[in-house]
Amino acid sequence: MLTVRNLHVYYGAIHALKGVSLQVEEGEIVTLIGANGAGKTTTLHTLSGLLKPREGEILFQGQNIAGMAAQKIVALGLSQVPEGRRVFANMTVLENLELGAFLRKDAAGIKEDMEKVFVRFPRLQERIKQLAGTLSGGEQQMLAMGRALMSRPKLLLLDEPSMGLAPLLVKEIFSIIKEINAAGTTILLIEQNAHMALSIAQKAYVMETGKIVLSGPANELAQSEEVQKAYLGG
Amino acid sequence: MEVFFQQLINGLSLGSIYALIALGYTMVYGIIRLINFAHGDVYMVGAYVGFWATTQGWGFLPALLLSMVVCAVLGMVIERLAYKRLREAPRIAVLITAIGVSFFLESTGVLAVGAKVRTFPNVFPEVKFQLFNGAIVVTNRQLVIMVVTVLLMLLLQYIVHRTKIGKAMRAVSHDAQAAMLMGINVNNTVSATFAIGSALAAAAGVLVGVYYNAINPYMGIMPGLKAFVAAVVGGIGVIPGAFVGGLSLGVIEALVSGYGSSLWRDAVAFALLIIILIVKPSGLFGSNAREKV
Repeated sequence: MLTVRNLHVYYGAIHALKGVSLQVEEGEIVTLIGANGAGKTTTLHTLSGLLKPREGEILFQGQNIAGMAAQKIVALGLSQVPEGRRVFANMTVLENLELGAFLRKDAAGIKEDMEKVFVRFPRLQERIKQLAGTLSGGEQQMLAMGRALMSRPKLLLLDEPSMGLAPLLVKEIFSIIKEINAAGTTILLIEQNAHMALSIAQKAYVMETGKIVLSGPANELAQSEEVQKAYLGG
Repeated sequence: MEVFFQQLINGLSLGSIYALIALGYTMVYGIIRLINFAHGDVYMVGAYVGFWATTQGWGFLPALLLSMVVCAVLGMVIERLAYKRLREAPRIAVLITAIGVSFFLESTGVLAVGAKVRTFPNVFPEVKFQLFNGAIVVTNRQLVIMVVTVLLMLLLQYIVHRTKIGKAMRAVSHDAQAAMLMGINVNNTVSATFAIGSALAAAAGVLVGVYYNAINPYMGIMPGLKAFVAAVVGGIGVIPGAFVGGLSLGVIEALVSGYGSSLWRDAVAFALLIIILIVKPSGLFGSNAREKV
């Protein structure tokens, strides 16, 4: 579904991604783990078209989307839940969800997806008229995920969905991620919480300073000594 | 008391003009954090388009609409040519560019139509309504200004809150990158903002032409600055703030002229700016620095 080959991204003179390659198959949950500043968010921003790569290919369903405008990438079915949720704080929950469906014109389909979001996140329905800025961190994360689902994505990119949440909520969010995946959406997940991420993913990539340093089936990586030492506190 | 109510009415008509111009300042600031100092000159162009149309024999409403459309296009062209490529540049670079665009429009105005003052055709023969046995006078022109302003304000509220482009504008204003992730085309949204803001300034230009009957290529400077004050007083980036700020500034100026001297009018307006910047820099309706988590 997604093939990234030899991606190089620069911030001015800083070489942030130094030849990243990865592969996501349809139906999978793939996780990208690594320390702060390893280039995980940069990778997702480049996939979403917020950053333009200087070199490399991003094939999404066979089409090269490297350097394409962000709105075209969303239209192709690749959505992102950004780090820090970034809900539109001064707009209502409903307006946030509507913005998620910004490019769609099928009113019936939008309504149907809105219902699905409310089934998955009943708390959002309770707060439908509330300003997004007044929601708790966990609710904002749910809103950010619901908003991304409103574009009916084929591939969903999740950037640190557990950041700043209480352990119980982290569990809830991860079980929702599994449900979303089971309902047919492919997922590429970035996490600091490597333990949780490896427990739900089929495949994992480990990033260090702009490069992929390890990759393989998630359960194998979880057992590997290097990963245990560096990311699982083992 | 008669003086008070008379000046209140005069102030509300003047304030309506400020409010219409201030809306453009505040919307553009909200979306790209630019104080568009060329905005007052767009208002001037709007007045001239209205002047041209009415001297051709057009009625008030067609002239108003034509002027709004022409300035909407002008606003988009200014943004595309002058500001767009500076989107990532330091803010001071864009600000200086805006001042440059302002001089450009004024000088082009002088070249194209001459520096002399033009007299607007008498679109509405003046009708005076005497209230309270003639103690207070309201003219039909003042009523037109206020009614048109209120209608445009309601239309703007509708666009910003109920339409797709309005929601896109609010989203981009809050977080442009997150808006891009929704599939919102930021460039088009910024263009639309300039178009709407400029159309409102054009309406103000036509209304002023009808009200004061006299226009010239430098007429945008002072109202532009006053509208900027109004936008800051209301809270720059906040749409209802610009409206309230504009009306308040108009009323304050009228009261100063009525009770004191009209010589003090401008000084009071700018003193108000200084006071607001000291006491509540975010303006009456502004919240202090929005934190992005």
